[in-house]
Amino acid sequence: MPTDRLFKRLAAPAGSPGADTVTIEFNGAALEVPARCSVAAALLASGVTRVRNSPVSGAPRAPYCMMGACFECLMEIDGQPSRQSCLVTVRAGMRVRTQDGARTLPLPPAVQTGRAAEVEHG
Amino acid sequence: MAEIDVDIAIIGAGPAGMAAAVAATGTGARVALLDEQEACGGQIYRGIQRATPERLRILGPDYAAGRALADRFAASGAQHITGAAVWQVTREHTVHYLRNGSVASLRAHQVILCTGAMERPFPIPGWTLPGVLTAGAAQILLKSADVVPAEPVVLAGCGPLLYLLGWQYVRAGVPIRAIVDTTGGADYQRALAHLGGALAGWRYLKKGLALMRALKRGGVPFYKGASGLSIEGDDAVQALHFTSRGQAHRLATHAVLLHQGVVPNTQFSWALRAAHRWDDTQLCWQPVVDEWGTLDVPGILVAGDGRGIGGAVAAALQGELAGLAAAHNLGKLDAAQRDRRAAPLRAALRSHLGIRPFLDALYRPKAANRVPADDVVVCRCEEVTAGDIRGFVALGCSGPNQAKSFGRCGMGPCQGRQCGLTVTELIADARGVPPQEVGYYRIRPPIKPITLGELANEA
Repeated sequence: MPTDRLFKRLAAPAGSPGADTVTIEFNGAALEVPARCSVAAALLASGVTRVRNSPVSGAPRAPYCMMGACFECLMEIDGQPSRQSCLVTVRAGMRVRTQDGARTLPLPPAVQTGRAAEVEHG
Repeated sequence: MAEIDVDIAIIGAGPAGMAAAVAATGTGARVALLDEQEACGGQIYRGIQRATPERLRILGPDYAAGRALADRFAASGAQHITGAAVWQVTREHTVHYLRNGSVASLRAHQVILCTGAMERPFPIPGWTLPGVLTAGAAQILLKSADVVPAEPVVLAGCGPLLYLLGWQYVRAGVPIRAIVDTTGGADYQRALAHLGGALAGWRYLKKGLALMRALKRGGVPFYKGASGLSIEGDDAVQALHFTSRGQAHRLATHAVLLHQGVVPNTQFSWALRAAHRWDDTQLCWQPVVDEWGTLDVPGILVAGDGRGIGGAVAAALQGELAGLAAAHNLGKLDAAQRDRRAAPLRAALRSHLGIRPFLDALYRPKAANRVPADDVVVCRCEEVTAGDIRGFVALGCSGPNQAKSFGRCGMGPCQGRQCGLTVTELIADARGVPPQEVGYYRIRPPIKPITLGELANEA
């Protein structure tokens, strides 16, 4: 868990509608985050400082523009990868994962069998 | 062939889009406005409809002024299609968008592109580190999520938006470690030539001066004429280095907010193969348009910052002009009615654009922060450095599209939004030719990401 919280939510004014926080699953662990904002904003305000690693060099990356123009905030949300987390509203129970490295495509079963056979023969 | 669904399709719910919708619906036209966000306002008025009195106080009167326009838009009768990521606009006026996991499309007689501006790239060493965001991003965090820096933050660069953010932070009680301003003596000298226009736009000037005074009174440390900016850090920001008034400085910080102006978001106009021209005053590409904002693609207009940077009030005026023009093209207004209504709008527009030459001169982004040294990453997505691109040019690469082939520069998810201007200028500089000759990336749909599954899942 990162120790440096870069951002925080200002105290919500009295009488704001709705709950102020929701609990999501972040990389498999429960995390309480601010509600009624984007996933990226919610994570930044909860001490998260890295949302993905660059597929080119593995360098850590984090949200940069917060408006959908930089594509740095790509995360896997509810099973779908490469979603712009600054454009997705956070909801209770959402499953959010950091995106590390390049996308891997699942191989069709026939190819998987063939590949396994290749390795066996050396 | 799909039937025409609406008279006018407007892309973008910022001031230009909202004003265009209000003007067009007023003539009886059927209007649909599509926007990515759930509420109207674009970026400049983001969150305006649910802003509390405290938020309005912090963000200031220019932001609060957007409320009236948002209310008029809500009452206009235009269809507001929210959460819609437009991924293609065709020359035949079909608008393709992704909404709730499936694609949909609508056809219009006229299309008005109001996609606004985005932050100018700021390629300095370390700009890709976690903890670096744009000033615009910080404003969006404040407007849309009530989120602010937890530790004293460094603001670096130049331009009204940077100082406005500082002012808003002071009002919100957010501590600012420093404002590192790249504006220097030579900039003031250059801007003096445009003082006439600035004085004509004296209301803007007065606002700006008041803002700067408030920052000083707020005790915000200011470093002027800053150069040699670089961000230190391995996995995250650790410090900002710069030189100011002959002295080297290192500011330890975990967050740096960068800004050196905004530039038109031209993804759709380029994808339409519309003509663009390089503007050397604003150092960006602008679509070539007539006095109503019409592209060289019939029936498609551009209004607002997407045409050229002019600010929110100018954007609304251009939106209104475009709405009237589109309504005229549909036969809802005759030319005389259109021109009569346009005349006061054009006068107001001239007045609001009067200060632009002064601002463009004063806050002209530094060459070193636009065309960086070899080791600086230019294409963030594919991690292509300035040195790599100079190497491509030495091997015969003549423009941005060849740079794609040479080294994947511009082929990442952002589709050149973060690197395009830098690459154009860098190649122009390396080849010794003007940016107009070098050109820009060929932009192809989808303008926003869609999956094959979503494409197959037509609403």
